[in-house]
Amino acid sequence: MSESETERTTEKGDDTLPTGAASVVAALEDAGVEAAFGVQGGAIMPIYDALYQSDIEHITMAHEQGAAHAADAYGAVTGDPGVCLATSGPGATNLVTGIADADMDSEPMLALTGQVATDMVGNDAFQEADTTGITRPVTKASYFASDPDTVGDTVGEAFALARDGRQGPTLVDLPKDVSNTEDVARPGPAEGPETHVVPDEADPDEVSRAAHALANAERPVILAGGGVIKGDATEELRQFAVDHGVPVVTTMPGVGAFDETHDLAMEMAGMHGTGYANMAITHCDVMLAVGTRFDDRLTGGVDTFAPEAEIAHVDIDASEISKNVHADYPLVGDASTVLRQLDDALPRAPDAEGWRDRCLHWKEEYPMDYDAPEDDPLKPQFVVEAFSEATDDDTIVTTGVGQHQMWAVQYWTFTEPRTWISSHGLGTMGYGLPAAIGAKVAAPEQEVVCFDGDGSFLMTVQGLSVAVRENLDLTVCVLNNEAVGMVRQWQDAFFEGRRMASEYPWGPDFATLAEAFGAKGFTLDDYDEVADTIQAARDYDGPSVIDCHIDPREDVYPMVASGGANGLFALQEEHL
Amino acid sequence: MTGELPGPAPEERPHPSGRRNKQGIRIDPEAESEPEVRREVLSALVDHEPGVLAEVSGLFARRQFNIESLTVGPTAAEGLARMTIVVEETDPGVEQVKRQLRKLVPVHAVRELDAATERELALIKVGDDDPAGVAAVAEMYGGEAVEAGPEVVTVELTGTEAEIDAAVEAFERFGVREVARTGTAALAGGTEFTAYDDTTTDD
Ligand SMILES: Cc1ncc(C[n+]2csc(CCOP(=O)(O)OP(=O)(O)O)c2C)c(N)n1
Repeated sequence: MSESETERTTEKGDDTLPTGAASVVAALEDAGVEAAFGVQGGAIMPIYDALYQSDIEHITMAHEQGAAHAADAYGAVTGDPGVCLATSGPGATNLVTGIADADMDSEPMLALTGQVATDMVGNDAFQEADTTGITRPVTKASYFASDPDTVGDTVGEAFALARDGRQGPTLVDLPKDVSNTEDVARPGPAEGPETHVVPDEADPDEVSRAAHALANAERPVILAGGGVIKGDATEELRQFAVDHGVPVVTTMPGVGAFDETHDLAMEMAGMHGTGYANMAITHCDVMLAVGTRFDDRLTGGVDTFAPEAEIAHVDIDASEISKNVHADYPLVGDASTVLRQLDDALPRAPDAEGWRDRCLHWKEEYPMDYDAPEDDPLKPQFVVEAFSEATDDDTIVTTGVGQHQMWAVQYWTFTEPRTWISSHGLGTMGYGLPAAIGAKVAAPEQEVVCFDGDGSFLMTVQGLSVAVRENLDLTVCVLNNEAVGMVRQWQDAFFEGRRMASEYPWGPDFATLAEAFGAKGFTLDDYDEVADTIQAARDYDGPSVIDCHIDPREDVYPMVASGGANGLFALQEEHL
Repeated sequence: MTGELPGPAPEERPHPSGRRNKQGIRIDPEAESEPEVRREVLSALVDHEPGVLAEVSGLFARRQFNIESLTVGPTAAEGLARMTIVVEETDPGVEQVKRQLRKLVPVHAVRELDAATERELALIKVGDDDPAGVAAVAEMYGGEAVEAGPEVVTVELTGTEAEIDAAVEAFERFGVREVARTGTAALAGGTEFTAYDDTTTDD
């Protein structure tokens, strides 16, 4: 029993709770939940009624997809599961995109859904959907809570499972009669299922083999994935890289694991990664990959991925080992523990001075650059850079999905973990604004900036009402190119410029739209006004939206064609 | 200008000559060949509760694993069921199946069985024009007629998957009307435990 629970039990002097719903809420409180995001509805009403008595802060969202994204971002920022709630049927199905997104990015999240009463289940009752069936493929586990006396334990188990080991979303489906049952057992502390054993240390023999390979490497590289951040191994990773002089490439979810201003930082690799990162992973001879699942946007075609490298793969999830890319040294365990094990086992630092010079040379040879003529429409890269320079290191950036997302990751300078919050694996347009809401609730003291595309913003724009109601001080910068730009870029490159359904010249005036919601709206289309507008938007105490009219001709480069070789990244369309 | 960046063009850059195969394995002389598909019998100890079969079969479907057969039934341990899953996969594929299975919450243990005792049950309905012939074939495969109706005889037999394949083929000459097969059930040979975990001792 946790301390707080013991206290409460003694205080109330009994071991039962008034309803199943009360035990659900007690389980959340015992697990340390402070905030939850959701939308009301018939089957979840008993839970909300129990929340009424609780100190847990509830943020009513405008759409359940937003509730899931907000909970996901809350989890990404805090490291503890973000909680979202929805009613049965349409409420639950609206959550699904957000749950799938969290699943792909291993974000800790607990979804609680209402369900029709158990005797109605399977009868196509009003607002019934097979929520556990629908969500099973996109969760670590989906529970159907059928027993009122264990419903709180189930919620606690789901919470612990979401948090421990490789993080991810879990769901508990709560039938209304179970929530309404009176006089139920008080739940025990949040504990993961007994079948879920989380490894800590990696096999010492594998560690020493990997350490020797690394010590003998001539061209070593560290590939830092999102698992470094989720495993709170950022400090160990930085120390390891600096102590042994190993250049660091990150995956997209790994951005923030390493300080991008450091000499050893090669930044992000993959489809829209930097040229130097892609050169480094293409030419390395030993790769220490930590907490990455070798997504195809990172690897390109596996036949050409790090083709000459021996790979040491550190991951807490054994099923990631050799799933996409064969691991010569499988190291299953907790990232920070295994990095310490490796550090202890390393006979000496690799002799890689020449290689480091080559990496530095590549940084000069393939600079991240753009053309910003004073009189042309604004270049998005300029706006991102200006924003990055104006803000502190701990500013949290969220995004939608598309070109703006890539410019944000390329031209913002990330130095801290848990500051880059984006939809990586699923690539969900509409992620940006609700994620900014979740991030701001999680970290009210940190500045939150959302870069969005006009297309992405329109998908979850109703979230502005939430940000206004909660008076969340966040800034949305819509990089408005009057198009779903990433699609248009691909149409220009691969479909001979047939821009079917990709141009959005009919989009609203986003500044006016923001004002209609009660937020502050700005319009930006001039280089001279960039700094002032950014300043004014940041100064405004509440949500503000900058409708930033950017050059609609601008495309994202470098680019590795999908399934292509990372080393063949294109610097312009002619290279594709 | 749309997003043009400085730097040498793709063909002007140095390129490594190495390669990997489809499984992401570096191609060196030893590992040059593509891994071959093999048949493997897996045994999984799972919670005996609703939804577990759906969870396991859903995993196989969405990860595109090739299932040959899947059987499930209770064990001697209360609350636990055993699944015997025959897969046809490459080496890395079999590893992946085992690891993915282990991640499911209701799964307690997963093992690959090498020298297992394997059996499957089949019901084979054949024409009764030659009852003596049917009886002879049934006897040859250790089966027996369990129902003899007008025009048809139903034979029950157990054996390995290969034995049943052979029997079905042998019955072909009497005209096989229908076949129902259970799929393979298996246990590890001798005193060896098939698949167990700390929460069960009596299985
Ligand atoms: C929900 C969803 N629908 C469709 C897509 C396909 N898609 C990927 S990027 C993109 C364009 C995004 O446009 P916008 O948000 O305006 O950003 P831009 O690329 O213009 O910066 C589209 C449609 C997606 N990723 N997500």
